[in-house]
Amino acid sequence: MSKSQKFGPPLNPRGRRLEAKELESITHVRAKTPAKYAWAAGTAMSRFLEELKNGKIIGRKCARCNRVLVPPRMFCERCFAPTTEWVYLPGTGVVETFSISYIDTNANRIKEPILVGTIAFDGAPPHCGIMHYFGEVKPEELKIGMPVEPVWKPKEERVGSVLDIKYFRPRQK
Amino acid sequence: MNLTKIRKDVAVVGAGMTVFARRLQETGKEMSWEAAKMALDEAGLTLKDIDAVILGSAPDAFDGVHKKGDWLLDGAGGTNKPFMRVYTGGGTAVFAPIAGWWHVASGMFKRVLVVCEEKMSSVQPHAQSAFAHIWDPILDRPLKPNLVWIFAMEMQRYMHKYNVRYEDIALVAVKNKRNAVGHPCAQLADPNITLDDVINSEPMALPVRRLDISPPSDGASAIVLVSEDVAYEHTDTPVWIDGVGWCIDTTMWTNRDLAFPKFVARAAKMAYEMAGIKNPRKEIDFAEPYDPFDYKELQHLEGLLLADPGEAAIMTREGKTQRDGEFPVCPSGGLLGVGNPIAATLGIKIGEVYWQLARKAGPRQVKKDVRTGVTQAWGDLMQFSAVIVMRRR
Repeated sequence: MSKSQKFGPPLNPRGRRLEAKELESITHVRAKTPAKYAWAAGTAMSRFLEELKNGKIIGRKCARCNRVLVPPRMFCERCFAPTTEWVYLPGTGVVETFSISYIDTNANRIKEPILVGTIAFDGAPPHCGIMHYFGEVKPEELKIGMPVEPVWKPKEERVGSVLDIKYFRPRQK
Repeated sequence: MNLTKIRKDVAVVGAGMTVFARRLQETGKEMSWEAAKMALDEAGLTLKDIDAVILGSAPDAFDGVHKKGDWLLDGAGGTNKPFMRVYTGGGTAVFAPIAGWWHVASGMFKRVLVVCEEKMSSVQPHAQSAFAHIWDPILDRPLKPNLVWIFAMEMQRYMHKYNVRYEDIALVAVKNKRNAVGHPCAQLADPNITLDDVINSEPMALPVRRLDISPPSDGASAIVLVSEDVAYEHTDTPVWIDGVGWCIDTTMWTNRDLAFPKFVARAAKMAYEMAGIKNPRKEIDFAEPYDPFDYKELQHLEGLLLADPGEAAIMTREGKTQRDGEFPVCPSGGLLGVGNPIAATLGIKIGEVYWQLARKAGPRQVKKDVRTGVTQAWGDLMQFSAVIVMRRR
């Protein structure tokens, strides 16, 4: 079956199928919405970002349920109580899940896939961590449960962003 | 929670939906009007008979106009009436009807119109530019994510934990795109699609391929809800909403095991308890779960307690979920076949359950005699679910 048949008009089209450009030229108004924001990182996340600069990943402990919350929060959403303690994590973890993406953020196709996923951190409750890239690993070698470690940018290049971690790679030792 | 002493039973007596497609010509308001009018016509009502109007629509960012509630108001028929907009992302398709339900069940209103609209084609160059604003600005956005990523990650986790094969998941896309043949509003019906077509479709964010995803779309749908006091004035075949439930999990999605949707199970248990359903597998005849991706149909069947974790894939492979199978799933053709104008999928979720139970589904009518159906939608940052159980009495 040809592509045009597969993605062609619906079986019961009403009226004539119009080409987008043909229609837009007479019926559409184009505009941009110039809105800019300065988001507060927040009490907990500001400290988290600050520690990323130092090459550390930190969590926040809830004294009631004993969970170490990563990303850190100043309150535990389950116990609805304040968290009480900063906890330094080793930074290592395992691949919780992943995707091999052939599309970028704007849905453009890309040739070299982005390896992305979530990391469940050692020292945090099961399944708890953050989303990040994977590197120094072939797509076909990436597996759920694979032990990984962060690869940091050089200290002078860190700015207090999640991008201070370049990516996570298979643990070396 | 009081799930038993509801004041009034609520019935669906009419539904309508527009063609789902990239509709460059019509405004959202015009599509809303089209769907609302169809639903009123089927119910034999005019707008004058309607006591209150509920509107469901997803992010304002699609339209670039804030306060979409009043932006669409006139088309939805809400002018000079009690009116509210509800929004729970993709969950809106089933949650807006629940909002309509409580308006009537409370005893406050006799006849309520629920209209859901989505026009995703306005945002340029692609709806992804609007989806980009869903992510956490501090933690996630610096990574330049694409919304498909989280679904790919969820699908990967689901396959891993329950040992589900990709081929069985892809069969859902084949089934639903074939089921959509005969749906007058369908965007992606394909009578000849094969498993190979899906498996060989271009990779998006693996394991997700192009044909595993429902497309962005434009459209509107509507239903008319009435109180038990007047239901039989309008039709001989009212279809009753016997149970509703909804639940949301934490927004911290990197803190959850994505393999099993616990929030769906919580919402389902709430709806089943209200409907007096003790054994959902035996007491429910068919389902219209939310299927924006093929794996979601399976995960949602499991969340709805209609299959054990991983079992929905086997049911699919064995053909049980086909329209003429022992437990038909998405006889409408679903989002995968009919299209995914987010909130407007009301027409293929609660709308389809209504048409099936009222025996008005035409070529889509399931073979076996169905008396109880369940529908479900899923939304926000893959954390919310709404469930409705319906019966013909």
